[in-house]
This record gives sequence, C-alpha cells and structure tokens, in this order.
Amino acid sequence: MKKLLQICLLLLPLSSFASASFDLESADADLSESKSLANGAKLYVEYCLGCHSVKYIRYLNIADDFDIKASTVLENIAPEGAGIYDKMLTAMNSRDAKKWFGTTPPDLSLIARSRGADWIYTYLKSFYVDPSKPLGVNNAVFPDVGMLNPLWQLQGEQIAVFKKEHGQEVISKLVIQEKGSMTPDQFDKAVNDIVNFLVYAGEPSQLERRSMGKYVLLFILLFGIIAYLLKKEYWKDVH
Amino acid sequence: MKKKYLTGCGTWVVNRFPLTKLWNDHMAQYYAPKNFNFWYFFGSLALLVLVNQFITGILLTMNYKPDAGLAFDSVEYIMREVPWGWLVRYMHSTGASAFFIVIYLHMFRGLIYGSYKQPRELVWIFGMLLFVALMAEAFMGYLLPWGQMSYWGAQVIISLFSAIPIIGDDLSLWVRGDYVISDATLNRFFAFHVIAIPLILIMLVFMHIVALHEVGSNNPDGIDIKKSKDPWGHPIDGIPFHPYYTVKDIVGVSVFLFFFATVIFYMPEMGGYFLEDANFIPADPLATPEHISPVWYFTPFYAILRAIPDKFAGVIAMGGAIFVLFLLPWLDRSPVKSIRYRGGIYKKAILMFVISFVGLGYLGMQAPTASATIMARIFTAMYFGFFLLMPIYTRWEKTKPVPKQLTEQPSIEDRIPGWIETANEMVKEVPVEKEGKTVLQKRPDASGIAKVLIRTAKNLKSSLD
Repeated sequence: MKKLLQICLLLLPLSSFASASFDLESADADLSESKSLANGAKLYVEYCLGCHSVKYIRYLNIADDFDIKASTVLENIAPEGAGIYDKMLTAMNSRDAKKWFGTTPPDLSLIARSRGADWIYTYLKSFYVDPSKPLGVNNAVFPDVGMLNPLWQLQGEQIAVFKKEHGQEVISKLVIQEKGSMTPDQFDKAVNDIVNFLVYAGEPSQLERRSMGKYVLLFILLFGIIAYLLKKEYWKDVH
Repeated sequence: MKKKYLTGCGTWVVNRFPLTKLWNDHMAQYYAPKNFNFWYFFGSLALLVLVNQFITGILLTMNYKPDAGLAFDSVEYIMREVPWGWLVRYMHSTGASAFFIVIYLHMFRGLIYGSYKQPRELVWIFGMLLFVALMAEAFMGYLLPWGQMSYWGAQVIISLFSAIPIIGDDLSLWVRGDYVISDATLNRFFAFHVIAIPLILIMLVFMHIVALHEVGSNNPDGIDIKKSKDPWGHPIDGIPFHPYYTVKDIVGVSVFLFFFATVIFYMPEMGGYFLEDANFIPADPLATPEHISPVWYFTPFYAILRAIPDKFAGVIAMGGAIFVLFLLPWLDRSPVKSIRYRGGIYKKAILMFVISFVGLGYLGMQAPTASATIMARIFTAMYFGFFLLMPIYTRWEKTKPVPKQLTEQPSIEDRIPGWIETANEMVKEVPVEKEGKTVLQKRPDASGIAKVLIRTAKNLKSSLD
C-alpha cells in the first residue's frame, strides 16, 4: 500500500507539466529527398538568408551533398556574386540588425538541433497579424518574436482565433484572411523543404552516419557470435 | 634461427623486467570465483570505456580550441570538416554517459553482493575516489563544447561554492578565475579535463585493481573461495582469470558495443539526455536559459541539492550524499555479504534505495514545482535513511545460512527459454482480416499480461523475504 502510494506520488509531477503551449505540427524531414533539400536551400537563400546566416555550410557542401553541379548551385541557389567556396553568410551586418530589430538575428546552422524540426515547421506557419506589436505580427509558437513573417507573400495573411481557457486567452487556431501566392498545400510543402534543409544543415554527416550504422551493428553481431562460441569452448569443462 | 633470436629477445626482457610474474599474478594465475554472473561484466566494461574516452579524447584535442571565442566553432568544425570527426566526437560524448551507466551498475553490484565488506574496504574506497574523480572529469569536460548548457550548468555548480560561509565568494572567484564563467575558466577546465584528472584516474584504476588482486574477487555468494583449496593450493571454486574471464568478458564487450554503436549511429543525442538540446546554442553570458538542468548522471545529486530549502545546507547534503557512500563498509554490520543470504529487511531497504535514487534522478531533470520538491524531499530522506539507519537494521536482520562452497544458479542462457515462454503468455493469436483472407496474428492479451504481472509481483514479494 505504501509503495502504491509512492508510485502515485511519483506520477504526480508528470501531470503538472501539461502546459498550455501551442501544439506542434509534425514536419516530414527526409534527407534522402535531394530535390526537397535543394528547393529548401533555394527558398532559404531567397527568404531567410537576408537576415540569418548558416555559417557552417558552404555552397560547395550543397553541391556535393545534394548531388547538384557546382555551376547549377551558383546559378539557381546561391545569391548573386557568391563563390562556390563561400559560407552561407548574410549580407546584413550585425550592428545594423541590432538597430533595426533590437537584436542580432541568430545563425540558424544548428536551429534544427536545438529546437527540433517540428518546432521550426510550426513556427514558420504560425505568424499572425497583431497590430499591438511594433512589427505588426506575432507568432503563436514564439510569442512576441522580434521578426516579420518572411513568407507572408507565399502564405498570405493569417489572423488568430482566441478562446478562453482557465481564465486566460489562448490561441485556438489560425485562419488565413488574405490569400497568398501559394495554396495551403503548396505552402506546407515549401515550408517542409526549408525545414528539411535546416535539418541537413544541423548535421550534414547524419545520412552517412545512419547508412553506416547497419554494417557496424552487423559486424558487432558476428563478432559477438564468434566470441560467444569461443567462450562456450573454453568453459565446457568448468563445472 | 629467427625463432631462436626472438626467444632470446624475450628472455633478455624477462631477465630484467617481471613481465611473466605480472602476467601470472594478474591474469593467468589470478584465481577468480567461477560463478560470476551478469553483474560482473561492468568492471571490465568500465575499463573499456575508459580506454575509449582516452583515445577519442586525444583525437578530439587535436582539433579542439580551448578558447571562449573559438571553442563552439571548433566542435562544429570537428563534426563537419574533420574526417570521421563526427564519429570520434559521438564516441566521446556517448562514452561519457556510458561510463556512468556502467559505473552505476558496477557500484550496485558491490551493494547487492557486499563487495565493499571486509577485507575489500580499500577496494571500495579507491572505487569511490574513482567515482568522485570521474564526476569532476565529466563536469569539467561538459564545459568544453561551450554551449548554453555547458556555460550555465558550470555557472550554477560553481556558484554553489559561494554558499560556504565567509570564504565562499572568494573561493568561487578563485575556482572560476573570473567573476563569471569565462575564457579563464574554460582554459583551466581544459587543463584539468585532459591532463590532471586523467592522471588521477589512471593512478586510481591501478590502485583499485592492485588492491582487488591482493584480497581476491568477491562473488555472488559472498563466500571466500580461498578457504577450500585443492592439493596444488588453488581454490576449488576458482578459475584462472585468463583465459576463462578474458573470453567471457569479450562476450560482454560485444553486447555492450552493440548498444553503444546503436546510440552512436542512430540516436547520438539520446532524446536530449546524452547531448542536451540547449547545448547546440553557443554560450551566451547575457541570456539565461529558462530551465537549467545538468546531464542525467548528476541529476540524483542535483535533486538532493534543490530539495533542501537552504542553499548551504543543500550543498552539505549533496556532498554528504556522496560522502556517505565512502562509509558503507563500516555502516553495514551484517555478518553476511551477499544479498542471497541476507534478511528481508535489507532487500527491502535496497529496493527503497533504488526507487529513491531513480526518483531523484528523474526529479533532478524537471523544473522544481511544489509537488516535485515534496517528492524530492521524501526521496532524499529515503536515500539518507538507507545509509544512516544501516547500522541498526543490518544488526537486527535475520540472515540465512551461508553455504561453504559456491552454489550453482541458472545462467542467462538457461533463462532465455523461460523469458520467451513469458512473452508468449502475454500475446494471443487473433484472426485478422487481411487482403480478404483471415489470418492468425499475435496481439497483446490483457488477461495474459495481468497474469504475468501478478506472478512477477508475487515473485518479487517472496524474493524480498
């Protein structure tokens, strides 16, 4: 009985963690889709690189890892004037950024590792019009974020629908008020491509790592079987 | 001709260095009890992980920069540009967690089979010193990637020194070398992590093993095998460590490596437990993360620290939680070593201790809510109760008669058929419609699971008597 009580008490802290934050949608990051990765890189350069660098990635990495010719990367993906050995740096200098936005936009090389793919995916889809903010927009996943919606032309403008929960106003859903240049499905795919690119940028070696894993495990398994048989042989006269 | 030359070389060395004697004393003629079970793999595994940490650590040092401005970038450089750098780094970061898993299981083995008891008190003391050195090594190593959690974790732990009255502030300043964690701290932690503490670890491992081989290994029955010897003077229940335990440990090594490689290749962050999410953000002295928590292996002690309302008392309690382990050989007054022949009260006490340790470990990772703090206080009381009440309850416990010679217990291989049978009991074949055909498929069976659970609970209860 005492132990049962302990188990119940142990589960108690779990219940206090059901926070009222906005639910995350799941992204579908697939690093074997090099087309999606290339499109993600292209969209990133077009809509994000203005403020956010990805300083650990060079354009050459994109060519090598996504199986694209270096000349194609320079033509289609990299910004004008960039060389193939250049890192993905932003043209905006950090002093200006601080003046304009109050903070330097962070480098996003590792954002997929610190926040996770689902968070970025939902974040990029959750900007809404909020006239009370200095920039006129807010974000359901990251309240009071200091940036504009970089993809508003594609997504259109969203407004938030609120509901009351425990006496607090919380966002129940976001509704598109003014259509963008993409349909919701096209937009989801575009955002997913960007997320896919950022997941790649977080750890370019992960494809290699996963594909190698099975051979390593197979080797260890065979080694283990031989080791076990050897042990059996040595131990057969120990009683 | 060539062979003779080689033998000559060997003799030349043996005449000048006790190579044969060392080999025989510690391997070929070191007699170990023949009934080592699952729990006895973790000593050799700890040695394996130590070697892994040394080799990968040396390789990492070749490309790492101990400089507040360069450290974070240099780690990413290793992960991306250095050939096989990612593998070496993951082997090192996973190795750190694996080290603590292995060491905690190794210590638990000592606890259940009374390996700390007379005459192995010094083996236990050296082991505890190793544990403390390992914690220092891990703590300092964790600052080196210079991520947010590295930085703020170190900030929180070093600020604990300032809770000491009178000298506290000066002491923490002296440890950091600055008013906050900074380049100076990073450099001295690097020096300690790669030179000072590894040297201490090596020396302690040496003394741990020498002390063990002087008194001989304990065993799951807690019997002194030297008491019954054969006409040649070898223990009847003993077998030479080499080749018997070297070949057996290789099997343990391959099972360990299977899990180790699975983590490295498929889940190097281990869901944020081995590599914390926030540590992928570079250290920022101006932005405190909302939730600072140490890596999982420190969380039991961190939870004890937070459970005490007063900061200084908390520091004392945290230190005491480790120090009390040193006293274990003298707290335990039972004449019997192994849990197999000890009374029910000790078995129940160990169960409570495990629950409190795991519970504290879990709570140390969570934000300190009111209910979590109450739980942490209960577990802290249980943790200390296990040790401090030990002189009383171990004196009173009713022990069972200890056999003169080692007993035979079913090995893991013998138990596998039983496990398979239990697994089969929990499933039931159900007809399922599949592509127009009815096929039998295995589905979990509620009544079967309930039966197995009840039986397990009954077995557990009877084994605690």
